Amino acid sequence: MRTGARRTRYERGKFDVDGRKSDRRIATSIGEAVAPAENRPLRRFAENHPWWLAAIAISTAILLYLIFAIWPAWLVQIIGKKKVFLNALFNGITLGGLYFLVASGFTLIFGLMRNVNLAHGSLYLLGAYIGYMVAGWTGYWLLAFPVAFILVGLLGILLQVFVFRRMERQDLRQTLVTIGISIVLADIMLWVFGGDFLNIIPPSWLSGPMETIFVTGVKRSSGDLIYLKYPLVRIVIFLASVAIGVGMWTLLNKTRVGMLIRAGVDDREMLSATGARIQLVFVGVFAFGAGLAGIAGVVGGTFQSIAPGEDVRFLLASLVVVIVGGMGSITGAALGAVLIGISEQFGSVYFPTYSVVVTFMIMVLVLAFRPQGLLGRS
Amino acid sequence: MKAKSIQLAAAAAAIAAAGAAVEAETLKVGALATLEGTYTSLGEDGMRGLRLALSQASNMAGGREIELIVGPTDATPDSAVRAARKLVEQDGVELVIGPLSGSEGIAIRDYSKTQPHVTFINGISGAQETTYVTPSENFFRFNMDGAQWSAGLGEYIYDEKGYRVIATIGEDYSFVYTQVLGLVLGFCQLGGEVAERLWVPLGTKDFSSIIAALPDDVDAIYLGLGGGDAVNFLNQYQQAGGEANLIGGTIMVDPTVLSTEGTAKNALIGVPSSGPQADTWDDPDWRAYVQAYIDEFPPDQRFPSPSLLATGYYNATTAAVSCLNEVGGDLSDGHAAFRSCLSDLVLDAPNGSIHLDHNRQAIGTNFIMETVQLDDGSLANEMVGMIENVNQTLGLDPDAFAKIGAPGRENPACTTSYE
Repeated sequence: MRTGARRTRYERGKFDVDGRKSDRRIATSIGEAVAPAENRPLRRFAENHPWWLAAIAISTAILLYLIFAIWPAWLVQIIGKKKVFLNALFNGITLGGLYFLVASGFTLIFGLMRNVNLAHGSLYLLGAYIGYMVAGWTGYWLLAFPVAFILVGLLGILLQVFVFRRMERQDLRQTLVTIGISIVLADIMLWVFGGDFLNIIPPSWLSGPMETIFVTGVKRSSGDLIYLKYPLVRIVIFLASVAIGVGMWTLLNKTRVGMLIRAGVDDREMLSATGARIQLVFVGVFAFGAGLAGIAGVVGGTFQSIAPGEDVRFLLASLVVVIVGGMGSITGAALGAVLIGISEQFGSVYFPTYSVVVTFMIMVLVLAFRPQGLLGRS
Repeated sequence: MKAKSIQLAAAAAAIAAAGAAVEAETLKVGALATLEGTYTSLGEDGMRGLRLALSQASNMAGGREIELIVGPTDATPDSAVRAARKLVEQDGVELVIGPLSGSEGIAIRDYSKTQPHVTFINGISGAQETTYVTPSENFFRFNMDGAQWSAGLGEYIYDEKGYRVIATIGEDYSFVYTQVLGLVLGFCQLGGEVAERLWVPLGTKDFSSIIAALPDDVDAIYLGLGGGDAVNFLNQYQQAGGEANLIGGTIMVDPTVLSTEGTAKNALIGVPSSGPQADTWDDPDWRAYVQAYIDEFPPDQRFPSPSLLATGYYNATTAAVSCLNEVGGDLSDGHAAFRSCLSDLVLDAPNGSIHLDHNRQAIGTNFIMETVQLDDGSLANEMVGMIENVNQTLGLDPDAFAKIGAPGRENPACTTSYE
């Protein structure tokens, strides 16, 4: 409904200036009824912000050059070794994959229920511990993922049914209660699992580095190309999070359940008035979001470590990601996650002492100039 | 009305009397340890050392029963001060043992100045500044600082390992600055060169980019990391296929890291390091202490061998107990007798004899070690050298040492002479 209203207003504006253009607009919008909906935002963006588009195109070209070209000496002089740059870039993207897994559940829950779940980090940590136990007992790393998803999802259902449903629309109460739950869960986990640093050991076929197709330099002696070596496990984990992201996007945009959820995000009251069982949708979304946090825990436990305190760190990371990306937007969470991941990694290499500042600078800039987040709705 | 107020007064007097009676018997002792956050397992082992010492003293000191109150911190200075305020101002403890982490120690030293009627004995925090700059009259430290723990390491890697150029990577806070200071002093005076010093925030979890950025034209890389950060570094170092020569900081090669699961820690085999204790030392006192630690706690609730954190808290508690015994539990006159006993105490600690200097800072024994794999597959630190009577100025003339200035990210500079 809202999009439609906005477009009408937009077309009227165009009509006042230039009738011909608006004819084309109408033609396009008729065509759009048949054509896939996703071309629309891009073209509209191109027409509205040609300069932005040019800037994006140029930076993409520079980025591609930096990734694929063999760096000349003067460039190495300025930025440093290409190996370092490529590693920081890829690590940022893979770290973004992990942040996306945590933050997407967080943003989904917020978007639908307007519930800032400050216990989300605890769900992450719980998933990590469950994954650790499952992988340790059975010896199957892959089995850790479904088990963590299901068990943490079940806890999510319990939380929604027994806690959040009782205090719908009471933001302050919910916030305080989720803080309370996170403290209680953290202490229970400390009691059960202790304070040691645990690692989920990936299977041996995933450990160690692999050679990639990216060239980092040329050997001075023989003139052979040196290829970038990159940890295999991170590549696999990144691909998995892309798959999950695409799956979520498809679920939200192409299925009936997704339609219900999107409708709920737009207008809960109207949706429930049409007879949809909104409480069931709420429970489902909460379980799914919690389960994703659980999966993220297994991922994090594999390429980082599991220890008390990780819950707070990932809660903070997801807060920053969704603030940057836009509360309630899945694509925003993906964009924010990659942005924060990359800035953290580049920060840690190029200005290590102040790397934390970079992350929060991005957040401050977004809050100052686009408080609803990069892809959020005002 | 009147009768009631008399009753009340009588009740109040009775309570006060009971309070006084209890106070004469039990001694309230507060303990500060990192029981939250990235250093949790370190704090837990520190508390094991403290409890072991109390249990060896049958929980009595100077004829008074000890009531232990624990203040959990998370390695940040403000959490340490908050916990200390609670212990002192709310629970009314007379003695505080702790804290664990470097910057916490500096904050607690400052706090101790505002509480002259309470005696503070450091747990294991190792920043130099704590006792070297504006020391506090009622703050005692029976462990050496981070620089003293590096004593002899620079010489060892130069002479025995043949390293000439190294780089350092460390957590960005006072303790690691102090550790690097000790290393640089020894290494550079012989002619070694420190090519680069990388600092990462405490609590960094993703080291992969930093690992890629490590210089590959140096002989070895010094790792000043601890706890979860150390484990994460090793894990990602293995995933990235790292092959450089490593040098361990004191808490990098501690049982807290060596006893983690997985194969990533195997990167530490053969790595030289230094610190206030060596796991495989054959000194009878050390062996007896290790055995007492093993006997006191069930295997799943301890490390295979006590960490230096346990030893630090153990020594602090033992020092307190022996001095309380000497003064018969008498803490009158602002703890005067007790504090004078602490200042003159020669502590026969399991990791060598310890006594205090005029700043109430420990002079003790430092160990050079290499990490080895034992027959059962576990890792331990094998002693390869020992330096006795290491003082806070590392044998340098106090004035020359003062000129070096406070340890920092780039201080001290690497030169061949600091005279």
